[in-house]
Amino acid sequence: MPIDPNDLYRLRRRPPSEKQLDTGFHWLTVLTASTVAIVLVLILAIVFHGSLESMGLYGWRFLVTSNWNPVDDEYGALTAIYGTMVTSLVSLLIAVPLGVGTAIFITERFIPRPLREMIGLMVELLAAIPSVVLGLWAIFVLEPALRPFLTWLHFTFKDIPLFSTQPLGPGMTPAILVLVVMILPIITAISRDSLNQVPIRLRQAAYGVGSTQWSAILHVILPASISGIVGGVMLALGRAMGETMAVTMIIGNSNNFSWSLLAPGNTIAAMLANQFGEADGSQVSSLMYAAFVLILLTLVVNILAQLIVKRLSLKY
Amino acid sequence: MTVSATTATPTTGEEICLSLENVSISYGGEEAVRNVYCAIPRGQVTAFIGPSGCGKSTVLRALNRMNDLIDNCTLSGRVVFDGADLYHPGVDPVEVRRRIGMVFQQPNPFPKSIYENIAFGARINGYTGDMDELVERSLRQAAVWDECKDKLNESGCSLSGGQQQRLCIARTIAIQPEVILMDEPCSALDPISTLKIEETMHELKKTFTIVIVTHNMQQAVRVSDRTAFFNAEAQEGGSGKVGYLVEFNETDKIFNSPTQQATYDYVSGRFG
Ligand SMILES: Nc1ncnc2c1ncn2[C@@H]1O[C@H](COP(=O)(O)OP(=O)(O)OP(=O)(O)O)[C@@H](O)[C@H]1O
Ligand SMILES: [Mg+2]
Repeated sequence: MPIDPNDLYRLRRRPPSEKQLDTGFHWLTVLTASTVAIVLVLILAIVFHGSLESMGLYGWRFLVTSNWNPVDDEYGALTAIYGTMVTSLVSLLIAVPLGVGTAIFITERFIPRPLREMIGLMVELLAAIPSVVLGLWAIFVLEPALRPFLTWLHFTFKDIPLFSTQPLGPGMTPAILVLVVMILPIITAISRDSLNQVPIRLRQAAYGVGSTQWSAILHVILPASISGIVGGVMLALGRAMGETMAVTMIIGNSNNFSWSLLAPGNTIAAMLANQFGEADGSQVSSLMYAAFVLILLTLVVNILAQLIVKRLSLKY
Repeated sequence: MTVSATTATPTTGEEICLSLENVSISYGGEEAVRNVYCAIPRGQVTAFIGPSGCGKSTVLRALNRMNDLIDNCTLSGRVVFDGADLYHPGVDPVEVRRRIGMVFQQPNPFPKSIYENIAFGARINGYTGDMDELVERSLRQAAVWDECKDKLNESGCSLSGGQQQRLCIARTIAIQPEVILMDEPCSALDPISTLKIEETMHELKKTFTIVIVTHNMQQAVRVSDRTAFFNAEAQEGGSGKVGYLVEFNETDKIFNSPTQQATYDYVSGRFG
């Protein structure tokens, strides 16, 4: 029987509906991708618009004064800005080495596999604790347990501004430690995933030329996974800057400015949560202004991080 | 056919560099190769041939403890190098790999500059001489200098697959090991680069011992002094196939007058 070539290759011709499906899918991805950008721009625009009044009234003064007084309609957000920066950066300072170290420990064959998997699981469980529970734990367990040590810190290093006040309950240090507990699982989990994604052939290359485990980790494996790790750290930083519930429960919500880490303080997120309910007039606008500052802070840190990653990372 | 463990002792007077003594290797309880006895002489090229999946790479990796990187890989038996068991608990695998270098089946340059690809290994092995000179010499020996000399600062990954493989060979030469293990180093190369690599091997065997896995019979004939033929057969009661060493002898004998039927079938192209 003669074979009709058109028949034989029937499957090669794609029906118009399939092509339309492709085009439709293309536009769907364009839509979803641009939604993120549009939402971001809208949020920025609305927050900016809301803060215009306060910007006009207080200008740059808002950023460097700490007088937050709804009665006199005087607003300065220095305490909250300082609190946000200090709590998030110090908690990162503690959580990054701890988290990346844990990730290296559980990916790089230092201990048997079952043990590694167990530690990994426990870290992930840590992430499942609701922040309000962590806040309660901080109030009833962490802070009382910590106080003798903080008191000792104060009396030993009185002359350093960071330890210049006596700890009297809620304050920035317990808030920092709660943040460490909250962001540690993020950093550990993402670092572990990016370390695991380093291809086996790259490890073989490193060990094959006689690297010790440490030089392989330091010179090959970490540089190859650094962009993922920094991504995780950035997520963690966002979480730390924006975390509201646990922080507001333990930080003391004081708008009196103090350099001391042992004193009560405030963060922008905690302040927003506490005051938005009963705010009116230029207080709303001032809170918007503070929120705008918070967004800008995260944006700047993110951009800096991208620049660092570009310089450090190995592309494989 | 029974699983045979062919003991092959080289003719007297040759110095043994590496020897496998009743080595069996399993991945997670699943045996991959069984009862290998093989004595690899110093200063010669030994070729491993055999069908895909018979465990050539597995045995090769056992020779410099590269299998340690695979979580569930276990080895029984002895691998003796310079009179000492490589798997003795007191042996540092890092030192083993510094003395026994490896070129892998897939090219795996570091995602660093071409220069740094060579310099990194040399540096961690304690090289203190002229680095520029070492980089040039190693790249020349691996027949890739002409393609690299103008872009030493570009990433090793920007090279073509074949160039990458030669870069990896250069990297291994640069650490000056005593033994070089090569897992199909020419499988991604064109005939001209292959010939260059083979010439390099002839040059290298004056100072190094070389073990090479190859699927190319002509290559085995051209470069090797001795050949080990591996085969795999279904395990009684087991699910997968288990590899074993069928015959190990002078290359000449393996290709012209093998003693085993399986070897004859394989080298004459009548295999599966
Ligand atoms: N990392 C691993 N984990 C589990 N099993 C493995 C692993 N590597 C190899 N094997 C198994 O061991 C056996 C031998 O594999 P090996 O890679 O040594 O074969 P080979 O002779 O080098 O084959 P080829 O010529 O295709 O490279 C195969 O059955 C394979 O499935
Ligand atoms: Mg192989």
